[in-house]
Amino acid sequence: MVDSLATVVNTASDPLFTTIMKSISNLAIPFLLFVIVTMGFIKKVKVYEVFVDGAKEGFNVAIRIIPYLVAILVAIGMFRASGAMDWLVALISPATDLIGMPAETLPVALMRPLSGSGSLGIVTELINTHGPDSFIGRLASTLFGSTETTFYVLAVYFGAVGIRKSRHAVASGLIGDFVGVMAAVFICRIIFG
Amino acid sequence: MLNYIWFGLMIIALVVGAINGQLTEVTNAAVKSAAVAVEISLGLIGIMAMWLGIMKIAEEGGLIKILARAIRPVARFLFPEIPDGHPAIGAMMMNITANWLGLGNAATPLGLKAMDQLQSLNLSKDTASNSQITFLAINTASITFIPMTVIAVRAELGSMNPFEIISTSIFASTCACIAAITASRILSKLPAMQASNPMLQTNMEKEVTNG
Repeated sequence: MVDSLATVVNTASDPLFTTIMKSISNLAIPFLLFVIVTMGFIKKVKVYEVFVDGAKEGFNVAIRIIPYLVAILVAIGMFRASGAMDWLVALISPATDLIGMPAETLPVALMRPLSGSGSLGIVTELINTHGPDSFIGRLASTLFGSTETTFYVLAVYFGAVGIRKSRHAVASGLIGDFVGVMAAVFICRIIFG
Repeated sequence: MLNYIWFGLMIIALVVGAINGQLTEVTNAAVKSAAVAVEISLGLIGIMAMWLGIMKIAEEGGLIKILARAIRPVARFLFPEIPDGHPAIGAMMMNITANWLGLGNAATPLGLKAMDQLQSLNLSKDTASNSQITFLAINTASITFIPMTVIAVRAELGSMNPFEIISTSIFASTCACIAAITASRILSKLPAMQASNPMLQTNMEKEVTNG
């Protein structure tokens, strides 16, 4: 069961898969633009006028995000600068030892939902110290590649429409992050030993 | 919850910063982060304008409706509040596809457009609806097929196979995404979340009498 899972999962790292995915990514936007503009033109949409009409909202959306993003990034920036992360790592590391997660990679998991550049910095440092093909390097890379910066996404997406009361949004996002970390440790243990 | 987290981050930063003798750094970080936040937001203007323009054409040309109809069964399950074939579903589908392909530049504007359309269905303008939360969950734990940034770092630092983490990332991000969506659906059933649901008639009435 575990072996067959490993085989299935491994095929995704095949160079052919990568090449195919990359070409799809490169062609997706030109294709999308072609389809949208052509279809609009055929349906007699005044493409230029409608484009301008839609685009003028861009400025307002960007401006609306500012207070939300300032609030989130300031709190996270202060937290990072205070050195509190080291305390948090010391507090949680006994639990992560139990599931076979190296203590060095814990800061990546904790930082990932808070700051994209912050967690990338930690990953880069870990890869530099332990080597990209070490277990720590591979797990750190997987952790970074497997989720988004939850709080940033929350600030931008809810900020753009002026939502302040987020209800269970943060909890849902953090549960996703937590499961992502567990899954990353599990699959890296199987594939990279 | 965000109130507690925000308060917690700030108080921990100030107290731990004082104990560690890092208060100057903490203050500097606050000032710098505020500036970065504005930079990021302003940097979105151009790309936002472009995609909002294109999306408007896609809407009027009927493409969004076609996409919305194509994924109706999935949409009905994940977003029961949204009427069948609503343009919000088409916009969400484009955002999710852009995320899968790792097109971050396009994914955000498309996602914000979708969020805006969900907001037009929302009966309260400052409280997130269940659909908006599920959609946010999909984005905070989005599935990535090629995590380009970290692959680039690995290649630069001399990995024998920088791509080998693609499979493990796909697996972990799929688990994370399923968990986040499931959590958003289950948590919405909690009594406290039912009480704050902006789409329930009784809550609307409460708001009217209070206001």
